[in-house]
Amino acid sequence: MSQKTAVQLAQEIRSGSVSAVSVTEAALAQIETKDGEINAFNTVAGEQALAQAEAVDKKVAAGEEVGPLAGVPVAVKDNMCTKNIATTCSSKMLEGWVPPYDATVVEKLSAADAVMIGKTNMDEFAMGSSTENSAFGPTKNPLDTSRVPGGSSGGSAAAVAADYVPLSLGSDTGGSIRQPASLCGIVGMKPTYGSVSRYGLVAFASSLDQIGPFSKNVSDNALLYDAIAGHDQRDSTSIAQQHTRVLPHLAEGVSLEGLRVGVIKELSTPGVEGFEPEVLARTGEASDALLAAGAKVDQVSVPAIKAALSAYYMIAPAEASSNLARFDGVRYGLREDGGNTAAMMRASRTAGFGDEVKRRIMVGTYALSAGYFDAFYGKAQQLRSYLIAEFAAIYKDFDVLLSPTSPCVAFEFGAKEDPVSMYLNDWATIPVNLAGLPAVSVPFKTGAHGLPVGVQVIAPMLEEVKMYRVAKALEEASK
Amino acid sequence: MTIVVATTDRESVQSDVLPDGWEMVIGLEVHAELATQTKMFSPAQNEFGGEPNTNTHPVCLGLPGTLPVVNKKAVELSIRIGLALDCDVQRCVWARKNYFYPDMPKDYQISQYDKPLNVDGSLQLPSGQVIGIERAHMEEDTGKSTHIGDSGRIHDAGYSLVDYNRAGVPLLEIVSRPDIRSANEAKEYVEELRSILVAVGGSDGKMEEGSMRVDANVSVRPLGSDKLRTRCEIKNVNSLRSLVRAIDYEAKRHIALYDNGEEPTQETRHWDEAAGKTRSGRSKSDAEDYRYFADPDLVPIDPSDEWIEEIRSSLPKLPRQLRQGLLNLGANSEAAALITNRGLAPLVEETVAKGADAKQVLTHAENNLAIEGAAELDATAFADLVKMQTGGELSATQAKTVLADMVTTGKTPAELAKQHGFEAMDSSALEATVDEIIAANPDEWQKFCEGDPKVRGKLQGFFTGQVMKATRGQANGKLVNQLLQQKSG
Repeated sequence: MSQKTAVQLAQEIRSGSVSAVSVTEAALAQIETKDGEINAFNTVAGEQALAQAEAVDKKVAAGEEVGPLAGVPVAVKDNMCTKNIATTCSSKMLEGWVPPYDATVVEKLSAADAVMIGKTNMDEFAMGSSTENSAFGPTKNPLDTSRVPGGSSGGSAAAVAADYVPLSLGSDTGGSIRQPASLCGIVGMKPTYGSVSRYGLVAFASSLDQIGPFSKNVSDNALLYDAIAGHDQRDSTSIAQQHTRVLPHLAEGVSLEGLRVGVIKELSTPGVEGFEPEVLARTGEASDALLAAGAKVDQVSVPAIKAALSAYYMIAPAEASSNLARFDGVRYGLREDGGNTAAMMRASRTAGFGDEVKRRIMVGTYALSAGYFDAFYGKAQQLRSYLIAEFAAIYKDFDVLLSPTSPCVAFEFGAKEDPVSMYLNDWATIPVNLAGLPAVSVPFKTGAHGLPVGVQVIAPMLEEVKMYRVAKALEEASK
Repeated sequence: MTIVVATTDRESVQSDVLPDGWEMVIGLEVHAELATQTKMFSPAQNEFGGEPNTNTHPVCLGLPGTLPVVNKKAVELSIRIGLALDCDVQRCVWARKNYFYPDMPKDYQISQYDKPLNVDGSLQLPSGQVIGIERAHMEEDTGKSTHIGDSGRIHDAGYSLVDYNRAGVPLLEIVSRPDIRSANEAKEYVEELRSILVAVGGSDGKMEEGSMRVDANVSVRPLGSDKLRTRCEIKNVNSLRSLVRAIDYEAKRHIALYDNGEEPTQETRHWDEAAGKTRSGRSKSDAEDYRYFADPDLVPIDPSDEWIEEIRSSLPKLPRQLRQGLLNLGANSEAAALITNRGLAPLVEETVAKGADAKQVLTHAENNLAIEGAAELDATAFADLVKMQTGGELSATQAKTVLADMVTTGKTPAELAKQHGFEAMDSSALEATVDEIIAANPDEWQKFCEGDPKVRGKLQGFFTGQVMKATRGQANGKLVNQLLQQKSG
């Protein structure tokens, strides 16, 4: 099964040549065998998954129409609500919490006849770049178990990289899909802000969060994206526009003739601080490959990128400090005793949140405080506006932009204990979230220690088709 | 939320409850629950009462992952109220007001901060005095906590129970300028505001159910000063009577402090109805920093000019205009206020416009229509009834009976009159009855024919009563009188 793509699997299940139940059983067996070590899953929803698979097989047998993800097992990051299945955000705060409702993306998976196999491990409340911040232990990189899978969607990336499932969903606030995809050697995409509903995604930073797909290859990625994208009335930031399917535009032999590609100087010039030379070399080779495929390639400068990291680490914690206020021990989740209500809330939050979550809540609270608001949060929003304007100006001359995804290949556990060195991991991915753009990380050969390197293709808003076509060309060239 | 603004021009007013030389300065913040079907951002029902925690939904419980979606009806009602208060309606931005409290599911309240929906309005009191409206912004209500323990306060409660039925109910917070100069004027303002809210269908304005809540900002200053002194915000005022008492108490408290050479502290104070006192709320060390910022889950609302004009053109007449209309029809000012507050003024106008006698219509509206549903009465039917009465087909008592039934059954006055057997008697049949009564009471008849006006008047009542008795009330009193006059003369 591990060799088959999601597109193939769905076809075979739809045609009846393979049963959804057997595919699900195989996936569950893989998890059973290997996940003791990898720890990609917080919850494996075996029973529910088999019931979904049986229902798909029945539909096929009855000759009924089946959805585009017919019987394909999909893993879901543990910050998307699943009715009757625990949703923990890998936090003690929500350990054992079972939502009474499904996130919109989970409903869409069901509507597409996918099989939701389980909930994957992550950095607590999606804060981190290594999945080391999980309250339930880190996830290991299936390519080298002494190394991290990246994060925060490390469990979803590992579940695909370990060949448990061909597809999974992650969420990306500052690189949390693309960076683990890069470190695990798979494809990970953050869609245009507003193209996938956030309803049911436990919020980290609402203006930056976006759900997106992981897969082994570009076409599978588009298949899953097509299934989850589209307007949702329950999310006021959802773009009120019908989704145009991407997959049909990715037929074999995609031509890049005339396409204008800009390689971002600030993220690719040799000697850029913290970027491994192999990573920069692969990015250069990727741009050469695009040139060879018929694209016009130039260097382009996006000066505001230099300030993006600082702006992000004001805006994201500020929103998080408010979003995470509701975890107070009153209605759900962990409650620790206190002498009175305020003391109970304090005790619950002290016991429930990990260090990184607390750090960001404190920074965010400070950034929003009276007397500091203008200097911190206000200034960061200004920088964000500059960055958006710079991207808009650049896209007058370019169709897509290219950069490395992560400054480094997968690193060893404990290698980045200083929070700032961990934050620097998101150097190339964060500007994309601040500007609301779509971007995909595609594996492009290997770097240090023979570990995979990912390159990032960044498109203008709602230009996912263009982005995926370039990704497809890079995938071809990387073979 | 309190926003300090320079007071508008107004002559100094000597307070009638304070020592000579002192003026009260009052600004009111009124929270009105909007009359929508569902909550501000959630599909849960907006309903008063109900078992605790039954009118809820994942969104208004603030469950992880849920997102708010603006209730368009709530925005429309807020614009209606804003226009009725002569406000400018503008593009508004949703903001989060962050503070921890167990009855607030997200531990932040979605409100509007520096960009409210309605600004710069005014309200004219029945006295003619104009009170400025600073702003009227939208926000969501909190749930309700019940603290079980000795004091009934959160600090030392044994435990607390929370009911989220009210959490997320749409509110409009209407903030007046500090233009009010007495407790009675404050009361007048609230009454007038309430009438406006009800008239435009924005809120049911029931203070007793908490759908209209008033906080008063009170300060005092020497007569002639135009400076605003330190104010206190009085909360927990649950009736108009409490409002008047609380304001007077607080103003006197300030005077006493100034007399002692002290200054009031700017703070929130709670009205204790039983003790007749305001008490300090939270201490200064707990002063909150609400860390307002634009809510990233919502987009600004920018009402189009077309929408605003559409709403403006659908506004009904406001209480002030309705009262004037009734005065023009001959009502006295008390009756005009009463009829307007009952919501009957539009019905009265329409009924008179259909040719019914204004005096009769006003009499019915004032005396006979304190009935649930009276405002929905069909004006044509009401006019028909009054015409039957003035035409002599129905007596006043019969008309009152029929009118009450019209409200409850929706039937026409003709149908109901027939049902009650109130059909006007044939005049020859009536004459025969009158003759019978005269024949049966020869002595009285003689006295009637020969008596002075006083005796005649008395006996006229006797004969009419006898005829009414004989006809079981069906006779028209006017016609009976006419017959008696003819026969005696």
